Amino acid sequence: MSAPAKLPRWAELGLLPAVNLVAALLLSGVIIRLIGESPWAALKLMADGAFGSQEAVGYTLYYATNFIFTGLAVAVAYHAGLFNIGAEGQAYIGGLGTGLVCLWLGAWPFWLVLPVAILAGAVFGAGWAFIPGWLQARRGSHIVITTIMFNFIASAVMTWLLVNVLIKPGQQSPESREFAAATFMPGLHTLLGKVGLSFTATPLNLAFLLALAASFLVWLLVWRTRWGYALRVAGQNPAAAVYAGILPPRVTIAAMLLSGALAGSLGLNELMGAQHRILLDFPGGAGFVGIAVALMGRNHPVGIFFAAVLFGALMQGGSQLSFDMPRVNRDMVVVIQGLVILFCGALENVFRVPLAALLARFRGGKEEA
Amino acid sequence: METYTLIVLLLAATIRVATPLLLAALAGLFSERSGVIAIGLEGMMLGAAFAAAAVAAASGSVWLGLGAGIATAVALALLLAFAGVTHRGNQVVAGMAVNIMVAGLGPALALAWFNLGGQTPQLEGPGQRFLALTWPWADAARAAPFPGLIYAELLSGHNLVVYFAAALVPLSAWVLYRTRFGLRLRAVGENPQAVDTAGISVTRLRYQAVAISGVLCGVAGTYLSTAASSGFVRDMTAGKGYLALAALIFGKWRPYPTLGACLLFAFTDALATRLQGVALPLVGVIPVQFILALPYVLTVLLLAGFVGTAVAPKAIGVPYAKEK
Repeated sequence: MSAPAKLPRWAELGLLPAVNLVAALLLSGVIIRLIGESPWAALKLMADGAFGSQEAVGYTLYYATNFIFTGLAVAVAYHAGLFNIGAEGQAYIGGLGTGLVCLWLGAWPFWLVLPVAILAGAVFGAGWAFIPGWLQARRGSHIVITTIMFNFIASAVMTWLLVNVLIKPGQQSPESREFAAATFMPGLHTLLGKVGLSFTATPLNLAFLLALAASFLVWLLVWRTRWGYALRVAGQNPAAAVYAGILPPRVTIAAMLLSGALAGSLGLNELMGAQHRILLDFPGGAGFVGIAVALMGRNHPVGIFFAAVLFGALMQGGSQLSFDMPRVNRDMVVVIQGLVILFCGALENVFRVPLAALLARFRGGKEEA
Repeated sequence: METYTLIVLLLAATIRVATPLLLAALAGLFSERSGVIAIGLEGMMLGAAFAAAAVAAASGSVWLGLGAGIATAVALALLLAFAGVTHRGNQVVAGMAVNIMVAGLGPALALAWFNLGGQTPQLEGPGQRFLALTWPWADAARAAPFPGLIYAELLSGHNLVVYFAAALVPLSAWVLYRTRFGLRLRAVGENPQAVDTAGISVTRLRYQAVAISGVLCGVAGTYLSTAASSGFVRDMTAGKGYLALAALIFGKWRPYPTLGACLLFAFTDALATRLQGVALPLVGVIPVQFILALPYVLTVLLLAGFVGTAVAPKAIGVPYAKEK
């Protein structure tokens, strides 16, 4: 077992994540049992809370939208061989860009505000990711550490801005004033209403479609362009990349810019779509959930979509759960997130090796382990 | 208050803030010098803080709490080693997983066991907490401000853990640089192949190093919930694990400079508390957030090579494959 055991593609993309997820859920079940509740009842409550009604589905997909953005951000950096732990800070600063546009351009019509807000979120997020990227590429600073540091610096900057600069005058809590109604991201229920479909009013909004568009663009860029090829080669084998005429430092910076821009788009959903103001800690850990989403989704946009919906369902189902089972609170969702990261990311070889051996046996021992 | 008293009190606060930071940073030192990235300090500390407070509250003994804190942190450390050493998983991912899992698990279990909204019960009295020790004549010494106040505030008036942390610095330096174990530990973080060739188990050494980091994080977490405060609250480490990691890097992965970095970072923290809303001559009010962000900015500058250079252990984060 020198090299990591090889799995067929379908098992790598479908079976292994499923096995890891089941392991994480089983362990979560043990913890819920330990707390003294029934894991099975909890699972049913969560599934019902996440998918049981139009409202539930709306909330689930609204949460998923944030996770698609941050999951894509982590994945793009990952393909370049970079572990971006800074999606949280990039989302925070990116949201600032989007929020400022909404505060300043309140008098503009929505269809003019939207491109500016998208651009501002992307530019602010990319700008925040650029510094760690540049430091990694040109000065060799470990990107994991610098992005962690930049999360804290982003948090300090945003707290200062909200407490001292952006705060609505005459108000105690550090929040900006509300955006003008013209800059609100239209809810999906309104859009569906225009084409004659009825859907319950939820925070689910146009940003969900933007996230899907971003997923498609990432797929196009990473798997169907020369640039994406360079990105993946530099990520998998920097030495080979150099021989192929690719400049890994340049790829590093470009990948971090794209990663930051994707994370920075979180504000489109969270601020323009739901909160309608800039407030403290609005990313709420979505940057870290993005790590779990990317790991589980195997860094592919399709996988990321399903993983994001899963985590959206956990968020939404978790709040339902804490409502119906007072002894289980939303922290349980955080535990499950951690376990998913553990099994899908850090412990993936635990199941990979036996799975590979098992599948090889089914194929009559054609594949030597 | 006169300047002298102010400075002494500021330094005393620095020592109190520096203690958990130093313990966690030394924990990271052992782990990272053996080649295992110490992202999980935060989670190990938080887990220990919860276990220590829960057991101290339930049993009434802070020493049992300490034992539970250490046991919890070591268990998490072994999980990290299982993922990152045995199964050669990504150590950063494993660390993040532990940090996130524990951030949820502490409040979830606290709610189920104590029903206080994710906290543990208030710890009371000397049996359940590590309280400050007053050295002989410390109160009398205050009468003579210099050097009496220094004696009373800086040397006396801390709890056991503070003195333990202080003693740990020379001890770590001795273990790392003067013992066979320390030599091997440093070697396995630089060149595991060489250590393996010499017939010493890389896996065993790394497990030992990570277990030591668990013990120290256990003490650090116990300090947070039973000495610095009286009970566990949600997210009570508040990024101290990451700050300790920054201090370790700032101290260039060596014990004494790491102590210096911890004191510096703790001083900025104590200063920020003091300077809240105070207008200074010439510069006016310095925003607290900027002072608090200073350690992170300094670490980034150091990593960028703008203030000195920090060279990490060569094999850090690279799982060792024997057959290669």
